[in-house]
Amino acid sequence: MTMQGVQNTASAAPPSSLQGDGREPLISIRELKVHFKLGGGTAWDRLVGGSPVPRVVKAVDGVSLDIYPGETMGLVGESGCGKSTLGRALLRLTEPTGGQVLFRGRDLAALSKGQLRGQRRHLQMIFQDPYASLNPRMTVSQIIGEPVETFGLARGRRERDERVRELMQTVGLSPRFVKRYPHEFSGGQRQRIGIARALAADPDFVVADEPISALDVSIQAQIMNLMERLQRERNLTYLFISHDLRAIRHVSDRVAVMYLGKLVELADAKVIYRDPLMPYTKALISAVPVPDPVVESTRKRIVLQGDVPSPINPPSGCRFHTRCPWAIEACKEVAPPLAEIKPNHFAACIRISPEQPDIESVAPNDAPGLRGTGRVIAQ
Amino acid sequence: MSEQNGNLLSVKNLRTYFETEDGTVRAVDGISFDLKRGETLGIVGESGSGKSVTNLSIIRLIPSPPGKIVSGEVLFHGEDIMSLTQEEVRRIRGKRISMIFQDPMTSLNPFMRISKQLMEITELHLGHTREQAYEHAVKMLETVGIPEARARANDYPHEFSGGMRQRVMIAMALSCEPELLIADEPTTALDVTIQAQILELIRKLKEETGTSVILITHDLGVVAGMTDDIIVMYAGKIFEQAPTTELFAAPGNPYTKGLLKSVPDPADDEGAELYQIPGLPPDVAHLSPNQCPFAERCYRAEDICRREFPPFVQLNAEHFSLCHFAEEVYADSRAGRGDAPAGTTQGGDGR
Repeated sequence: MTMQGVQNTASAAPPSSLQGDGREPLISIRELKVHFKLGGGTAWDRLVGGSPVPRVVKAVDGVSLDIYPGETMGLVGESGCGKSTLGRALLRLTEPTGGQVLFRGRDLAALSKGQLRGQRRHLQMIFQDPYASLNPRMTVSQIIGEPVETFGLARGRRERDERVRELMQTVGLSPRFVKRYPHEFSGGQRQRIGIARALAADPDFVVADEPISALDVSIQAQIMNLMERLQRERNLTYLFISHDLRAIRHVSDRVAVMYLGKLVELADAKVIYRDPLMPYTKALISAVPVPDPVVESTRKRIVLQGDVPSPINPPSGCRFHTRCPWAIEACKEVAPPLAEIKPNHFAACIRISPEQPDIESVAPNDAPGLRGTGRVIAQ
Repeated sequence: MSEQNGNLLSVKNLRTYFETEDGTVRAVDGISFDLKRGETLGIVGESGSGKSVTNLSIIRLIPSPPGKIVSGEVLFHGEDIMSLTQEEVRRIRGKRISMIFQDPMTSLNPFMRISKQLMEITELHLGHTREQAYEHAVKMLETVGIPEARARANDYPHEFSGGMRQRVMIAMALSCEPELLIADEPTTALDVTIQAQILELIRKLKEETGTSVILITHDLGVVAGMTDDIIVMYAGKIFEQAPTTELFAAPGNPYTKGLLKSVPDPADDEGAELYQIPGLPPDVAHLSPNQCPFAERCYRAEDICRREFPPFVQLNAEHFSLCHFAEEVYADSRAGRGDAPAGTTQGGDGR
């Protein structure tokens, strides 16, 4: 792709920086969509009483987000909200069906397989399940050494082995264990192997998909600290995906909240916990049990009714309206844009606006967001 | 025998071992605790600490072989469950003591309608007729908040979401108005907003029925809001036992202290490095009886910790800690000083 092309794509996108402080984002996601076809809609389906229209899961449905060099972007949401699919689509482990992923201004979604392979080095992934993501028939040396070989990062056997040892030390594993197999390690140690493998290619950007969810509490702290240290030492940029709001709060600089395929709130990590604007975020944060009995006995909790609806036929308008304690009629019809309610604090809710950011104090049935004063960054 | 000191349940010196190729695993090794009527007890621990085995032992659900309850008494209303026949235990289990497990999908029969699974319980334990049992099943589903309970009673488990399945499990567990409900990681498999719903439900039902609850979890946040007392387990032993507010305010054991500090607190998190307990949980099959099982990972450990098994020290009327330095650690906690050292950046090791 030419420079001209890059500029075109960048300018075609909504305001190019979500933070607006002049820094260039490392990753720019623009209107990204990942839709999965489930079948239905054929003559056969009609004959056997299947779905008369093609059924589509809109796992990711128009997400725009900038991630800046050296930051940790936390992506949080409940199961089925599309957060893992979004993470995979960024690296094209799942093919996006629409939109762009710009890495240093280059659209990854438009690259050929061969061109993509050239970029993959810079973009790596750490997976949730350290049991399933390591090949049980490969030794640690082979697992960590594979990316080193694939990307030609070492000349000769000795240099490769040296690099594997270094990486093991970096993640806190004894190089004595190079010849061992994954099953000989505990969950936390396996996650360290997964991290070493991701680092082997010397990436700039790492998607960590629930990297600590399968681990015990004391081990979770170890892995979070390790990831933070590596970030400092290697100037890594993370997309940290998790359903664990406490972990997300701890590791992230900024947090994006996802609900049924869409981003619903985006802000600085501290701000979003102290002052969530959008009702879903409010409920999510109030639902996190706090390890302090005094706080637990006094705090106000918003308990949502019902389950997360199916992403196959998501609710009309605001997708959260079916469970939202503040929903009004208009919420069923209008899909709220992600708008800047406070400086660098974006939320998708028509019941708030920059003038009236606190939903508690908005008049019943009023929807100040519809009067359209805020800076809208994405639909 | 009559009830002692208002205790619904008294576990005394319970030991449950498993014979494995690797040697004898002392999964639960000398556990004692009491549960008062109407109270909620939290059992906290990491995987392999013995928290689930403790509770499976209480209702005699330990698979044997390889497992064996080696010794101990479990007095329920003063009657020792360990000395009952299988038939007698079966009459208690599901009726007077019932359980909720972590994974609602694997605990429900996928081939059986929800209503049928609920009916079985009251037909067996309460002698309900089919009609009575069906009405009771619908009523229970309503109680736990299944929308359109009557219409959905005849669904199969796969037609329910994870949160709804856990509600069904709770409906089953509460069908016979048990005196004791044991909930083993009841919300671990659920999303936070659904977790909040289920915890709220357990809280509400507990208030209405006065059921005593044992809540097993790894999540310190969950026990903080739900329990009256807490037991912290590590390597098959009780490391600390205290009323909930006391345990969080002034932990008297280095392991508890480390656990509490290694959980990020969203309300008070300045992004500083998390405290981390170094090393890995011990291999319970190869623990020396002559040392503290936590010594290798402990910031406070001295030679004596590697030579002698620690005493179970009483710190005040209801607060106990298994540690050679329990008094000192407790005093430090109360004074808000002498914390565990800040997180060691070098972190994990290759053990």
